[in-house]
This record gives sequence, structure tokens and C-alpha cells, in this order.
Amino acid sequence: MSAPVYNFAYLDEQTKRMIRRAILKAIAIPGYQVPFASREMPMPYGWGTGGVQVTASILGPDDKLKVIDQGSDDTTNAVSIRKFFVKTAGVETTTKTNEATVIQTRHRIPEQALTEDQVLVYQVPIPEPLRFLEPRETETRRMHALSEYGLMHVKLYEDIARHGHIATTYAYPVEVGGRYVMDPSPIPKFDNPKLSDSAALQLFGAGREKRIYAIPPHTHVKSLDFEDHPFEPYRHDAQCELCGAMDSYLDEVITDDAGTRMFVCSDTDFCEDRRAAGHHGPQGGPVAAIEKEGAHG
Amino acid sequence: MLDITANTPEFDPAYASQAAFRALMECMARPGEIRTLKGADAPAPFAPATAALIKSLADYETPLWLDAAFAVDKKVADWIRFHTSAPVVHDPADAAFALVADARAMPDFGRFAQGTSEYPDRSTTVIVQIDGFSGDAITLKGPGIKTTRAFSAAPLPADFAARMADNRALFPRGIDLVFVAGHDIAALPRSAMIEEH
Ligand SMILES: [Zn+2]
Repeated sequence: MSAPVYNFAYLDEQTKRMIRRAILKAIAIPGYQVPFASREMPMPYGWGTGGVQVTASILGPDDKLKVIDQGSDDTTNAVSIRKFFVKTAGVETTTKTNEATVIQTRHRIPEQALTEDQVLVYQVPIPEPLRFLEPRETETRRMHALSEYGLMHVKLYEDIARHGHIATTYAYPVEVGGRYVMDPSPIPKFDNPKLSDSAALQLFGAGREKRIYAIPPHTHVKSLDFEDHPFEPYRHDAQCELCGAMDSYLDEVITDDAGTRMFVCSDTDFCEDRRAAGHHGPQGGPVAAIEKEGAHG
Repeated sequence: MLDITANTPEFDPAYASQAAFRALMECMARPGEIRTLKGADAPAPFAPATAALIKSLADYETPLWLDAAFAVDKKVADWIRFHTSAPVVHDPADAAFALVADARAMPDFGRFAQGTSEYPDRSTTVIVQIDGFSGDAITLKGPGIKTTRAFSAAPLPADFAARMADNRALFPRGIDLVFVAGHDIAALPRSAMIEEH
């Protein structure tokens, strides 16, 4: 028997075992950040090395992989990660949400409800929701151990005092299964309700910070709020110019050199499906090459 | 150099490892749900699925504890050493994985590593071999279960439901259980709750 000449999905078997064990613990303790020995990946940290390592550890030859970056399958980041797994794992890829078995994402949850046959893998830059309140790891770990989350509520309440509402719009903190407070990664808070009671398993990987955490299917996830200031998912008060959707998360994009702006669905697959089904917005038919990258500042 | 022939599913153990892990991941995510593994050959009393899970997940970083039924034959420890390099330990509190072939006599959960409040993940995953997923059902609820799910396993200690309740009371500390019957597996992670009737 000769040893494999390359490793399936890039990572060596020893590393995959270690990450797999961390994933199992993460699922058993919903919302708890399991430390793992993150490996150097052939891409910079900002490109989601944590998510890539999780995907590499769960992926099998029968999987169909979708990769999205801010809702789009076509950004440089999404295309590179997809190519990486085609090359190292030979898996099939897709842009269709409903065809994928594994979806790796940066900054969005697909609009279409996920199923029990799917796993959603998030790329996480900063996994510790308490980090901006308390820089010391020993302290944040103690706070999680004691469920000492008062400071987090104080911070959110200061928002209300200053702005009249909770100003946090991305990476809005959640409580998972009534126990751990968790950072859902920089998804818009519009997506927060989709974290809760999803039929799909959700895994979170932070490469630089070396943490893996999880939300099992059908787990209650609550966005932190106050009785007098209940959580509200924010959305631009507009419809998608392309498909007319009134309920999807919208990006404001620049459509020409003159700086003309319009709102379109952030989830490109969702938008395409709607247009294919005959829905259309004020702009009617397909608009040529909308460049989403860079539209987020 | 890329040599695809060396990496086809029949020849690359990476595929078997992935398949076994993925099945267990699904089981952990959906407590009480049963999945079937291809299994691996190993000396008695190893069930095929237990052997596949150990090959997939154990290595020199994961001390294993064996119950008396596993420890009795030296071939078991030899197989573990050869296939995984995992050290076999005498104290279950030192184990990352524990293998239990005599389910009725499984040790008190408190003897295994239950993690600390700051690192609850530093706990033992106990793999328990049973005759089958049948018998009196318990009703599970909690993360991974939409409403409730019925779960049967036999044989089990008579006080199993009480042990599970005690384990849940420790949450986020506690042990995670994996049940194996031949090629079939199911898991009861520490998050699982047993509904009182
Ligand atoms: Zn649209």
C-alpha cells in the first residue's frame, strides 16, 4: 500500500482528525468556542482560513459545494475557495443553494431556508463576542464559564442611550440554546432570525483566532435585546430593482461610472431564481454585470 | 505530482475516515438518529462501526480507556496501537475516548473526564456497544431535535435515564455518548435532555 501522494481537501489526516474532534465537541456544546490548532493555509487569514479548514475536514467526494461571499458566488474570494476545493478534493460545485450539501459563507445566510441535508460553514474573523469589552482571553473565558454577560447588555444599552436604538448592525450577538453568548460572524442582523431553529447544521471556523463553534439544527438562537427595545432585523426600505423582492436583504450597488446606485438582492442565487420564475422589479430584465465587490466600502 | 489513481475511494483511507466522521457528525447534530457505517475489521469485541470511528478519530493525541470486556484480549490494545498510535490509559478520567463493550456495566459517568467550566470540551466521548436500537424508548428533546425524538437502546444500565439527567445538569460540562450496534451508530451529546413522562 502506498501513501497518498496528496491529501484529500489539502489538510493532512492528522490535522483533519483534530479539527473533526473539535467539531464534534462544538456540536455537543452549542455556542461554545472550542480551541483548535489552526494550520497555515495557502491563502491569507482574511480569506476565511477557519471556514476553509472546517469545510476541508467535513467534505467528502459526494458533496456538492457552494461558496458565497456577501451573498454572491462570483467574488474573487468565493471563486478562489471554490477552485481550491475543486483542485484538492475534486468535489462538484454549484451556485444553486438548493443543490448544495455544504455551503461555505462569508457575511450572509442564504435567503432560501436550508434543509437537514445541508451544512452551513461560516468564515469568522473575530469569534469572541466579548473581545471588544474585555481583551484578556482568561477573563472572557471566565465570563463565559459563569454566564457573566452583563457587560454585553450594558454595551447594547449604551447604544440605545446614545442613538435611541441598538446601533450594532453586523455581528449582532446572540444567545445559543439558552446558554452561551456567541458572535454569529459579520452577517447583517437581518440574517439573525435565520440562525434559530434552522434545519441545517451550522459550523463556524475562525482561523487566526483558532476557534470552532456550532449551532446544531433546531436550536433556539436569540438575538440579545431588551423588553423596551426588542430586537429588530434591519433592512433597506426598498424592493430589489431586478426581481422586485420586498423581503430579501438588499445591497446598494453602483451600476455605472456616473455613480448611479440601486438596490438589489444580496443573495444572487435567490434573485436569479425569482427572475427565472417570472418576477421582476422596476429595472425589469437582467442587468449586465453588476460588480458587487467594493460596493461594501 | 498529482496521481489520482492513488486516491480513489477504494484505496485511500482518507475517504473511509471522512465517511465515518461525517456520519457521527450528523448523529451528534441530531441526537438519537441512527446512521449506518461501512465499518472496519478489528478483533473482538470491536463492532465494525466502533473500529471505523476509532480509526477515523483516534491518534497519539487521544488517550483511550477500555472497559474490562475490551481490555481482556491483548489483541485489542495491539490493534489500537498499530492503527492509531493512541495511548491506552488506566484511568477513565484521562481518556479522550472510552470504549465500553459491556453496556450494562458501564462505569459511573463521574469517573470519566467531564471537562471544566472554562474548557468543557476537555471531556471523554464514551463509545458504548449495545445489542441493538430497540427496547423501551426514552423521549429526547433539546438541540438537534425539532420537537421530541424516541430513542431505544439495549442493554442499558437500569438507572440510565437518571444518569443522563445528572449529566445534563452538569451542562456545559459532561460526557458525550456514542452508541454502536454492529454497523449502526447514534449519539447522545451532553446537550440531550430526557423528557419525563
Ligand atoms: Zn432580487
